[in-house]
This record gives sequence, C-alpha cells and structure tokens, in this order.
Amino acid sequence: MAATTSTNPLHRLTPEQIEEIGKAFQEIHDDVYSDLGDRDATYIRSIIEFHRRLGALSRIMLMASRYPPALVLGTIGLSMAKIVENMEIGHNVLHGQWDWMNDPSIHSSTWDWDTASPAAAWKHSHNYVHHTYTNIVGKDKDVGYEIMRIDPRQKWYPFYLAQPFYNLLLMAFFEWGVASHDLDFEAIRSGKKSKQQLRDELKAMGVKARRQIIKDYIAFPALSGRKGFKRTLKANFTANIVRNLWSHAIIFCGHFPDQAYTFTEEDAKDETRGGWYVRQLLGAANIEGSPTFHFMSGNLSYQVEHHLFPDLPSSRYGEIAPRVKAICEKYELPYNTGPFLQQWLMVQRSIVRLAFPGGKERPKADPYRTEHEPSSNGSSNGHVAHTGPVPAFP
Amino acid sequence: MVEKAAEPQLHPLRRRALAFARALTTPLPADDYLALLDPRWSAREQTGTVVRKQPETADAATIVIRPTFSWSGHQPGQYVRLGVEIDGIRQWRAYTITADPEHPEDFVSVTVKRTEGGKLSPYFVDEMPVGATVFLGEVEGQFTLPDPLPEKLLMISAGSGVTPIWSQLRELERRGFDGDIFHIHGARTPEEMIFGEHLRAMRERCSAYTLHEHHSKEKGRVGAAHLDEIVPDWREREAFLSGPRDMIDEMEKHWEAEADADAEALHTERFQPTIGEGGEDVGGGTVGFRVTECSAECEPGVSILVGGERAGAVLPFGCRMGICHTCVGRLRVGRVRDLRTGEIEGEEGEMVRTCVTAPDGDVEIDL
Repeated sequence: MAATTSTNPLHRLTPEQIEEIGKAFQEIHDDVYSDLGDRDATYIRSIIEFHRRLGALSRIMLMASRYPPALVLGTIGLSMAKIVENMEIGHNVLHGQWDWMNDPSIHSSTWDWDTASPAAAWKHSHNYVHHTYTNIVGKDKDVGYEIMRIDPRQKWYPFYLAQPFYNLLLMAFFEWGVASHDLDFEAIRSGKKSKQQLRDELKAMGVKARRQIIKDYIAFPALSGRKGFKRTLKANFTANIVRNLWSHAIIFCGHFPDQAYTFTEEDAKDETRGGWYVRQLLGAANIEGSPTFHFMSGNLSYQVEHHLFPDLPSSRYGEIAPRVKAICEKYELPYNTGPFLQQWLMVQRSIVRLAFPGGKERPKADPYRTEHEPSSNGSSNGHVAHTGPVPAFP
Repeated sequence: MVEKAAEPQLHPLRRRALAFARALTTPLPADDYLALLDPRWSAREQTGTVVRKQPETADAATIVIRPTFSWSGHQPGQYVRLGVEIDGIRQWRAYTITADPEHPEDFVSVTVKRTEGGKLSPYFVDEMPVGATVFLGEVEGQFTLPDPLPEKLLMISAGSGVTPIWSQLRELERRGFDGDIFHIHGARTPEEMIFGEHLRAMRERCSAYTLHEHHSKEKGRVGAAHLDEIVPDWREREAFLSGPRDMIDEMEKHWEAEADADAEALHTERFQPTIGEGGEDVGGGTVGFRVTECSAECEPGVSILVGGERAGAVLPFGCRMGICHTCVGRLRVGRVRDLRTGEIEGEEGEMVRTCVTAPDGDVEIDL
C-alpha cells in the first residue's frame, strides 16, 4: 500500500500523465543523443587534457616542495586536478556518457580513475544498483550507504547514535568508504555474493589500493628528495582529503537534502519507464551555482538531470535544464534545487537529527513555476537551442 | 568491448620504461602524459598519418598512410581495418592494402571507391585531408597467394574488387613469375577501371600477364556464362575471385557444378559495402535487448545491430561486416540467421555478432 498520507506527487499522477511525462523526458534524451558530435568530443578531450596538464604541473611543482610557494601551489593544483578527474571525468566516463564516441581510451569499459574504488565494482554498485533503485528505501544501498540513517523511514538502531561522528570520518576518507561500500555488505551477509566473487573483489581492491598508495605516498615523495619527502607526502595526503571532502559534500547534496523524496518498494512495483523518470526527478536535488561550480562538481549539481539521463554527457545537463523545468511546471512537479550551503546544512541536520529515534518527513518543495526563476530565458515552450559552443574552461 | 587499433610493436626497453613510469601515472598509462607533448608519442594504439591522396578514377582514390609505429607487415591480398573519427564518433571499415609489402618508405595504402549513400567511403575519397590521423587495426585476410605458386592462374575481379588482385599481380611481377596469368576484370567503362592504366601497362611489359577487360556498360555484368568464351581453359587454372557478393556466389556455384578441380583451387573475396540495412530476404522478427531494455522490430535483411539502432538503442559496434567481434552479445532466446549466408548461426547461450545476423522470429539478447 502506498502511504495515503504521503505528499509524494508520484501518487497523484494518473497512469496517463506518467506515460506522457515519460515520453516528454525520452524526447529530450533522444534530441540530445542525436545531436552529439564533434563539439562534445572536443569538450571531453579538452577537459581530459586540462586535467593531465594540471596534474603533471602540480606533481612537478611538488618535487620542489621544500620551497613553501611550490608546496602551496602544488597542493592546490593537485587537489583541483583530483577533483576534476574524479567528478567531471571519471564519474561521467564510467557512466558511459562518452561511450558513443567509440573511442577505446575514453570508454566506460576501459576507464579507471584516480580513487580507491576499482572501476568494475563501482560501476555495479553505482550505475546499476543506485541508478536503477534510486531512493527506494531498502533497495537503494546509497540511502545512508548502509551505515547512516538519513531517512525517517529507515529503522533506528542504537549505533546510529554515533553517525554524526563517523560521518566526519567518512568526509575525510570518503574514497575508502565508497570502495568498501561497493563490496555490498548486505550481499555478503546474506550469502548472495559468492566467496570466490568476494575474494576477487578484495583482490582487485588490494591491487588498486597498493598502486594508489605507492604513487601518492612513496614514488612522488621519493622524487622530492630527502628534504622534500615528508612535505610531498603530506601535500598528496592533503589533496586526497580535499578531494574527499568535496566529493562527499556534492554527493550527499544529491539525494539527502530535505526536498528529495524517498520511495517504498511498493511505489516502484510494476513501474513503467514514465514512473522511473518521475522517481528520478523527485529523488534527486540540484545545487545552484556558477559554471565553475557546476564544472568542479562534475555537473552533479545537475543531479536531477543526471538521474533522468545518466548516459548523456554531463556538459549537456545545463542546456537541457530549462526543458526539464518546463515538464515540471506542466505537471506541477517540484524541481528540487537550492544553494550549496543551504543544501549541505540540511543534510548535516538530518544526519544529526536521525541519529536519534523518530523524525518526520521534512517539508518538500512546491511545484516548479517559471516566475520563481527570473533569470529564465523566457522561451515559452521551454525548448532551448542546444547548439553552439560549449563554454571553455577555465 | 569497444574496438581498438592494433597494438604498436615497441622496443623492449621502451616497453619496460613505460611499465615502470606507470607507478607514477596510474591509473593511466604513461603514454597519456607523453601524448601531451606529441600525440604520436602515445603507444596506446597503432595510428597513421595520411601523407597523400592519389585519385585513381573519378570516384576512387588511394590513401597513402605513414604508420606512426613500424608496420607489422602484410601479404598481398590482405586487408586492414581502418578507423577514422567523423563528427566525434570513431568508425571502422576494412580495406584491402594496396601498398607493396616492405614499402621503401614504410608507407601503407588503401584504395577506396566511393559508394553512394555510404558513410565512410565518401569521407575517405572526398573529405579526408592530408595530415589526418587514422587508426590502423590488425592486418587480416586469407585471400593470399599460395605457396608454391601454381603455374596457371585465373583472376576475376569486378569494381573495387580489383584491389587485392592488384596487390597480388604486383607481387607476382616482383617475384618474376613466368607462368600464365589470365585476368578478367569487370568495370562499367574503361575510364572507371581502378588501376586501369597500371594494369594495361603491366600487360605491355609482362609476357606472363593477359588482361581481359569486360565493360559492363556495353556487355552487361561479367558472369559465369562468359567464362567458356573468354578463357576456355578456366577449369585448369587456380582461380582468385574478388568482387561483389552476388557475382562471387554465382561463380562459386558454377565452379562447384562445372569444374573437377578441388575447392582449394578456388580462392574468393567478397566485397560488401553494407550489411544489414535491409533488402535481403533473410530473417526478420523482433529483438529484445535485455540490458538496454529496448525492443526492436527488424524487417527481413535488417541486422540486429541496425534494428536496435533504429529503435534508439546504443549498441557496441566496430567493422559492421562481421570481422571484429566488437558487437557481440549473448543470444538468450530464439534463433538468428547470418545475413551473408542465410544460415542459422549461434545457439541460445552463444555469442553472436549483431552486425551480420538478423533475428529469425522473436529473439532476446544480452546487450
């Protein structure tokens, strides 16, 4: 039984409306897909090149880490490079957003990223489990990552009392948290995952971890000479922590702010394509910000668009946002969004509040209306031309 | 898996240095950072640069390529998969290598004829600029000269099917072959014959070589019925046939019915510009793509790949002619037919190539 007291807009839409919404979203997808070409390929290649140049330059700078200016600049540069690599490049390539290029060196089947998670394990837990069962409490293991209570519907256990503290640890060491999360503890406990598979996954994790540790904490520090070894090691550690804090913040703002809806397994029973789209729309929340902010968040600040179209290149999300909003307006659906600090504080409040038993559903956003958005380009049907150059970065 | 170019042959020291440097560049190969200095320093894939384009006829051109890494070598009659990027998407086609093996400048070439409505051949012939980068796949193909050489050869080619025959004739001339070669070539007009002038010059200087031009604009397409008239002793010759699929099919049947010669004396290469776009009366049905969660209706002659793409699915593909196995998916339910032979191919649970197979009724595939 769907909760009759629920304010969830999914429950008031008729099957016909849900089908229309599905078609409207599918049309956006197909329009963009048929338009992909040179400018998109140029975009991702220039970003990849930017990351490699910035990364190489920062590493070279850190070889002189015994001089403070080199240390500071190198650390900032490396933190930025790691963020770009993980967010705008790694996450999106592993989603298959660039597979249409048919380029074996920018392809989800061959890519690996500069983080603790081996690509294969992450693709399963994220692309498949999270993106299919988004926000279904009990099925989407990203609802609290199996260690936190961030939705009042999750059953309370005493160990959640500690979640405000271990959340701080998770912020700092997020990449290791994600890597262990990919193992899927529940599947291990219930025996759904065979011992052999677990062994293989642990082995892949070990190999990846060893390579990452040798690179950041042995090889590059060694290249900085005896005097610079410790400083470069600390700089690399700092860059990893900065990247972890940032990705934790962006990712937690994707589904855990107050506006985002969660669902029951009943809600998703016999779900149609249209129903899936509505669930993705309601379960995600955007973050408002400048083009640079969107870029540094890997366009996950367009979490709504990303969840609707996880296989479309991230650089297109900003362009299709007006069309998504137009659909929201037509069907009186919310378009969840808010400024970064507000979204982030909401998440932190929920983590603290829900560490204790009880808790109520937080107030949700109103249906989207154009006048809320004075900066809208005013096109009446919400269609914008999605041609023209992709803005260069930086 | 996405289709890749061939792996370059590297000096063992370079290979070791790259593996060592990877400790610093992981998870990327060190090549990716070398490529920042010069893209050709990346040894991820064998690439080449177009050094010139030679027009052969009004609608065919030879593309001359300098490989970035030393060329792995080829035998006359073999082909190479060539990859180019068009509007951001890398596409592959296989073409006969028309350059001599061990070319003095280490050049490789392919000779491409423009197919109307084609995607890649017009690009190669008309648009691709000198200086463009191409990806060079593995050298493949069984259509090569036998060892030892037979004394009497018959070569039959039509259209751009002349390209492997051309490579073989040059090889025979280089080796000073003193037997007897009879070559029938079908082209619409004398002007439209690829390598026409070269072959006519070869006829003048090489006593072992007889060229018979068959101009289809006047006489209709060359077929099995012409053989007795043109070359009465055809049954005694080891034959090399290269041209459009239907011509080769017809000739092959003729050989089986008429000649006593064993099958080894007949070598064939079928040129097929497009497969799976519809037209042939093979298969037809619906395909359920289990991973993409999409279903497609395929008319007879439409491949699983083309049907899926028309229905909006994004599917892996490579050569689109049944060579590279990029497009394979596991067949879960139903039967498929090979579009080239019309035969049933693959059983449930086996991997099938979606570019050259059509559904035979309702099928489901893990793609």
